[in-house]
Amino acid sequence: MREPVQVIINGEARDVPPATTVADVVRSLTSAANGVAVAVNDQVVPRTGWADTAIGPDDRVDVLTAVQGG
Amino acid sequence: MSLPPLVEPADELTVDEVRRYSRHLIIPDVGMDGQKRLKNAKVLVVGAGGLGSPALLYLAAAGVGTLGIVDFDVVDESNLQRQVIHGQSDVGKPKAESARESIEEVNPYVNVILHKERLDSSNVLEIFGGYDLILDGTDNFATRYLVNDAAVLLNKPYVWGSIFRFDGQVSVFWNEYGPNYRDLYPEPPPPGMVPSCAEGGVLGVLCAAIGSVMVNEAIKLITGIGDTLVGRLMIYDALEMTWRTVKVRKDPEAEPITELIDYEAFCGTVSQEAQEAAAGSTITARELKDMMDRGEDFYLVDVREKNEYEIVSIPGSVLIPKGEFLNGEAFGKLPQDKRIVLHCKSGGRSAEALAALKGAGFGDAVHVGGGVLAWVNQVDPSLPTY
Repeated sequence: MREPVQVIINGEARDVPPATTVADVVRSLTSAANGVAVAVNDQVVPRTGWADTAIGPDDRVDVLTAVQGG
Repeated sequence: MSLPPLVEPADELTVDEVRRYSRHLIIPDVGMDGQKRLKNAKVLVVGAGGLGSPALLYLAAAGVGTLGIVDFDVVDESNLQRQVIHGQSDVGKPKAESARESIEEVNPYVNVILHKERLDSSNVLEIFGGYDLILDGTDNFATRYLVNDAAVLLNKPYVWGSIFRFDGQVSVFWNEYGPNYRDLYPEPPPPGMVPSCAEGGVLGVLCAAIGSVMVNEAIKLITGIGDTLVGRLMIYDALEMTWRTVKVRKDPEAEPITELIDYEAFCGTVSQEAQEAAAGSTITARELKDMMDRGEDFYLVDVREKNEYEIVSIPGSVLIPKGEFLNGEAFGKLPQDKRIVLHCKSGGRSAEALAALKGAGFGDAVHVGGGVLAWVNQVDPSLPTY
């Protein structure tokens, strides 16, 4: 069993299993991936890259939600 | 990203204009050249609401020569907490006209063009075609995707801002030089997942923070100065008082935008399940009053949030927020032997709760079309609306 990886998700320290992807993080936070953007270390990861982008130690992951108001 | 100026300079500034814009003219980066470009610029603001209000006022004051306004709505009292281009005496007036009057007072040298119509796939390309730059301050996802796709098809830049409660996001989308809105958010959240400002509220002054950044970026694009927000998203948190920037890039795998689509269907303003549940199971506020007057035995449930319930409620209603219908907690709180009547603010959320309720076996449940707003309108105008 490999050690969990320590990352920061929406500003909070979390342990995630090794090889956790951006897609896994989104699934753990919300039931709907639509209308969500994810930045890893202040760089937005395009939707089509979520499943292939693994989160590494100390990565900062920010999950943003689209808002419509104006 | 530093970009060439979007607009050619006008031939000259008049003596009056030189006096008026002197504080711009003595900034070396703007100068006569930049101010002439602003004078020649044609900028369209979509929505004369929360973001459109400060944006239009500052664009006008800055000397943008032609300002277009798209808005089909009229000024409502609940707008005045944040839509500072409109005033008390404008209530009931078309927002586009009210905005024009304020602009003419701020700067009579601005040519204002009104588009008092709803932006849709049939008119967007023609309207956008007459402008150099667009500012998107609309209040719904359908129009936001429409604005994006039209800007991509016409290869025009647009400044995008959106707000909710204490949070704001702002960027510049220009497909030729960087990502567009769909590279950031390929599709909208599911209907009902993210509330509008009418449902969730917005801190009025948030509009000024985001609207002023939008104008700042517009001026930079027009005059070709500084680093614009192309390829960057700014995120503002008014409670933490932080501005953060994240980089956004084109998604190389994204489907290209080649035509306009049906944006209402794309954003599904009300979900298919909710529409089906509401069909044939919707009563009017007046019918609800009649049921009360006849002494019918039913159970009235308000599915809004507690703070909304405290503002105004229908007499005899019990508060169980929509979320409890979606996660199933509500069903145990409901009587099995009474007909359930649901309502919310305007009918969207109660339709969703109704779909869940019918799915749980409450087959004779109904909801009130138009919600508590319809109740106030049709039954008891002495109550406040929000």
